[in-house]
Amino acid sequence: MGRKLLLDKVGIVGIRSYDVYRENGGYSSVEKVLKTMSPDDVTNEVKKSGLRGRGGAGFPTGMKWGFLAKPEGVPRYLVCNADESEPGTFKDRYLMEHIPHLLIEGLIVSSYAVGSNRTYIYIRGEFGWIVDILEQAIAEAKNNGWLGKNILGSGFDCEIYVHPGAGAYICGEETALLESLEGKRGNPRIKPPFPAVKGLYGCPTVVNNVETLSTVVPIINMGGDEYAKYGTGKSTGTKLISACGNINKPGVYEIEMNISVEEFIYNDEYCGGIANGKRLKACVPGGSSVPVLPANLLLKTAKGETRMMTYESLSDGGFLTGSMLGSGGFIVYDEDQCIVRNTYSFSRFYRHESCGQCSPCREGTFWMEKILWNLEHGKGKMKDIDLLWSVQGNIEGNTICPLGDAAAWPVAAAIRHFRDEFEWHVTHPEEAQRRNYGLAGYAEPLKAGV
Amino acid sequence: MIKFSEEKLKQVEKIIARYPEGKQKSALLPVLHLAQQEFGGWLSPETMDYVASLLGLLTIEVYEVATFYSMYNLKPVGKYVFEVCQTGPCITRGSDDIIKYIGERLGIKPGETTPDGLFTLKTAECLGACGYAPMMQMGKGFKEHLTKEKVDEIIEECRRSAAINN
Ligand SMILES: Cc1cc2nc3c(=O)[nH]c(=O)nc-3n(C[C@H](O)[C@H](O)[C@H](O)COP(=O)(O)O)c2cc1C
Repeated sequence: MGRKLLLDKVGIVGIRSYDVYRENGGYSSVEKVLKTMSPDDVTNEVKKSGLRGRGGAGFPTGMKWGFLAKPEGVPRYLVCNADESEPGTFKDRYLMEHIPHLLIEGLIVSSYAVGSNRTYIYIRGEFGWIVDILEQAIAEAKNNGWLGKNILGSGFDCEIYVHPGAGAYICGEETALLESLEGKRGNPRIKPPFPAVKGLYGCPTVVNNVETLSTVVPIINMGGDEYAKYGTGKSTGTKLISACGNINKPGVYEIEMNISVEEFIYNDEYCGGIANGKRLKACVPGGSSVPVLPANLLLKTAKGETRMMTYESLSDGGFLTGSMLGSGGFIVYDEDQCIVRNTYSFSRFYRHESCGQCSPCREGTFWMEKILWNLEHGKGKMKDIDLLWSVQGNIEGNTICPLGDAAAWPVAAAIRHFRDEFEWHVTHPEEAQRRNYGLAGYAEPLKAGV
Repeated sequence: MIKFSEEKLKQVEKIIARYPEGKQKSALLPVLHLAQQEFGGWLSPETMDYVASLLGLLTIEVYEVATFYSMYNLKPVGKYVFEVCQTGPCITRGSDDIIKYIGERLGIKPGETTPDGLFTLKTAECLGACGYAPMMQMGKGFKEHLTKEKVDEIIEECRRSAAINN
């Protein structure tokens, strides 16, 4: 069994309630920081832990906190990103549903570190029942003296509020999130200025993911150095992976970042292998935005090394032969899945979610969806594949926020690795309506089980 | 004239109090959710104008937000709204068949409402339940691991509770 730091207590009956959570050591990190540490001490522990943001970009959390501007007399804000809308990703939801007090505890400690007296959880509007769970946890924490004025006599005041969105993937992007929290359309802002200088209401703001902020609790409890002993290299600690697609055991798994991709897919402790005795065709290992990898490149890097579930290993080879750990949304495709169809569905998603500010993204996602629809429905031509390649290339890097890149990357990777399958849709338009392309030459025959 | 009840007005006050003084525009998204719930499941121009006056905003500030976010309905919907996820991970688990099946059962296409006003079928983009696919949103909750049998049960359940409430 791999070691767990976030979900270790999830199995305890009643852990969602304050009393049980507290009996099991909950809120001890708040006591520790308010009684024995300065805000900078907390930031230093987080720096030492090597924790990297779990929202997708993997930016070092302690460093982000260190960048926060602290002008005299100006409030600072901590905002928790619970927008969780990247296809394949459903880990934050799991954490909030099963052990909500862990997030609240992490928010109090982190608010103290960055000096936020008013902290917001921006949660996607569709998670309506989780809003209730969080509000109850906040009320319980407050009734027990962990929130409010002068917490534990430390002089530190803190309130936490839940703010629901209303259906918009783009509001997961941190500056769109802040616009939305201010009651506006979710149009990302031009950076700089970064939120650390000018964020919510023009004040210095830190935006972090749910899992990132929850991880601050074990870091404080065990110390940053100890935390850094978990995992491998610059991928310290544990990571929540939400696994879905054609596997035997879809669900959320906490892994220590020292296992191989093969183990994650085939071991019964995790995905339990490919469903229905089928073979593995491909995988999107870090949420819909990251490049899809065919089975052979997924399990081994181009250099022939075992591919590990770490930031470094998953991105080994860059976008030519690698991918990214991203948000940990792990989507597995078996031999019956059609890459063109899935790519089409992702393009439709990004077209739907583009905020429309930047023309490359607004128009480009529209055209990618249209071209892919034609290819998928047997109406495509060979030159459409090149056109698609050119459209995605013209979006990437030409937009205010990375949604454009996120839309372009999956298309680029699908064409790069599965061009045969796109061509087959053009040369066999009728057959492509009746059956799938299958495995063809992409995947090595794999052994089932590790 | 539409108006929130005293109780709902108190709730609006509480929402506004979450934000710093002078920043009550931040309350717009949550108050629009409340208004949609209270005033028939959608945001009519009258409802939006009312929310604008409550929060001291220009009506355009409300319209531009209401038209941006997918959860706000800008036309009337049925009593029960089925929003079935159609994004990649759900496709791998058969969401296409489920959408087709619900459409056949209700005799409507995505985007339509049954003539009796009971059901609206919509497709949705990723709802963050990929491991429990296929799935749909219904009201405040999710219905996950959908099968044809489960869909039948849900439809029956809705019909029953609508009959009791009438
Ligand atoms: C289009 C887009 C969508 C995003 N969605 C999310 C999201 O749902 N949740 C999240 O935590 N981060 C999301 N991010 C990343 C955030 O912008 C930001 O980097 C993150 O919240 C920082 O937190 P972290 O450092 O703890 O990862 C998204 C980014 C982009 C460009």
